[in-house]
Amino acid sequence: MSDRKPSIPNSREGCPVHDWATDYDVMDPIYNSDPGPIWQDLRERCPIAHSERWGGSWMPTRYEDVREMARAVPTLSSRAPGVIPPSPEMREILIQEVKEFGAELPPISADPPLHKPFKQLILPLFSPKAVDTYRPFTEQLANSLIDQIIQKGPEVDGATDYAQQLPPRVIAHIIGIDEARADEFTEWVRGILEQGQADAEIRLKYRRIIRDFFQEMIIERRNTPRDDAISRLMEAEIEGEKLSDYTIIGVCFLLLVAGIDTTWSSIGSALFHFGTNPEHRKRIYAEPNLFTTAIEELLRFYSPVKMARRVLEPIKFGGIEMQPGDKVIMNFPAANRDPQIFDRAEEVVLDRKQNRHIAFGVGIHRCAGSNLARMEMDIALRVWFNRIKDFEVIQPKNVIWSGGQVRGPRVMPMKILGA
Amino acid sequence: MRICVDPDKCEGHNRCFSLAPELFEVDEFGIASTKNNGEVPKGMEDKADLAIANCPEFAISILED
Ligand code: HEM
Ligand code: SF4
Repeated sequence: MSDRKPSIPNSREGCPVHDWATDYDVMDPIYNSDPGPIWQDLRERCPIAHSERWGGSWMPTRYEDVREMARAVPTLSSRAPGVIPPSPEMREILIQEVKEFGAELPPISADPPLHKPFKQLILPLFSPKAVDTYRPFTEQLANSLIDQIIQKGPEVDGATDYAQQLPPRVIAHIIGIDEARADEFTEWVRGILEQGQADAEIRLKYRRIIRDFFQEMIIERRNTPRDDAISRLMEAEIEGEKLSDYTIIGVCFLLLVAGIDTTWSSIGSALFHFGTNPEHRKRIYAEPNLFTTAIEELLRFYSPVKMARRVLEPIKFGGIEMQPGDKVIMNFPAANRDPQIFDRAEEVVLDRKQNRHIAFGVGIHRCAGSNLARMEMDIALRVWFNRIKDFEVIQPKNVIWSGGQVRGPRVMPMKILGA
Repeated sequence: MRICVDPDKCEGHNRCFSLAPELFEVDEFGIASTKNNGEVPKGMEDKADLAIANCPEFAISILED
């Protein structure tokens, strides 16, 4: 996910932070490798912090504040949900991208009333029932990835060899991409979500490739619909009207930007956790039934996703007056560590019973793909633990974490200790 | 024990359904409703409490008779 409207970030990026309450930096590598202590400090001292970095923003750290802000629709608007604005070097190409593709990605970038019909369009693709039908495919995929890992081992990268391989192929399968093209498609998607973060030209290049590819799929299905998401979107209507090809391609593209690096980050974080906590690893090997609560707990503790809102009218939160145009970072990850809400908030408790976490957001923008994401995590972890006898992260300090909008391990050398 | 889901609050997180499929059902948009008119069978009270305590929207409540 990234902001697509060109704007000028603050030039202080890269300077050390002296006071997180007035100068936080969500791209700081130390923050992204362990944000908990910083949030804890802010929660006590300055629960809604402010920073001029990255275009300027407010950042809440308490659960109740984040909840209240998420519900302040549309005064806090979703029209620009990107946390990090593109760099000045990217501007020119982004203007071209917006010209070709538009700047909107409803429902994620929409407020009421446009939000609901678009959300209703995609929800049935990810209902618990629909998600069950994607299980066998996902399980087979995870097993074949583990085959490759075992072959490659004992040293592998838990992020690039496993976590990043699963979600793009699951989405490809749901959209209806032939399995023969899945490897190619995965590379295009990773091109957008990885290299494309820093290089707008690469991003635009792959976006065009994917657009043309989706367009071909639509043409193929015009006469012979199949049992896949593209065919279903071609049947669907909003207010009695069929969707244009442009809209169908936009919806599929949203699934790519919202459903892939988010999910690979949570699978990667879960592997990081178990690969650095021998006690928890042992416990899960002994009690695989714990996965049900453990997955919710890992979603809470390692919540990968922050979103942004734009203030449309003056509004007050916790005594702070926000002005039209201000950006607010929906800090779901920090809310999930609030000790007012969670006992032992800074600890991973694998069998936590009460866990009202909001890793998937809260309110009308609740993640449309949450059932799918949970299923992918569940299968990714169960298959991994089933097939690999023991494992560890080689140098936890050397793991590289992405930050900004989506936090998760991007480089994570691991050792397979028996398969 | 009787429970109900407030359809205006429910946003379809489906936590209730995954914790207690015996007590809840969800439609294709993820919106939950109670089974059996909200009546919680004997022995299922803990599951009902668990669902209530995990709903991020505070949408599930106990009905006072
Ligand atoms: C663990 C993985 C995931 C996490 C943590 C996550 C998190 C989130 C969050 C926090 C939001 C709320 C946005 C907001 O408040 O502005 C969101 C929205 C959304 N997510 Fe996810 N997501 C994940 C996986 C997925 C998947 C697999 C899909 C689909 C294939 C998906 C599709 C969407 C869509 C379409 C929205 C927009 C919903 C709306 O605006 O109403 N996400 N996600
Ligand atoms: S957990 Fe709450 S919000 Fe989610 S489906 Fe159940 S009642 Fe609705």
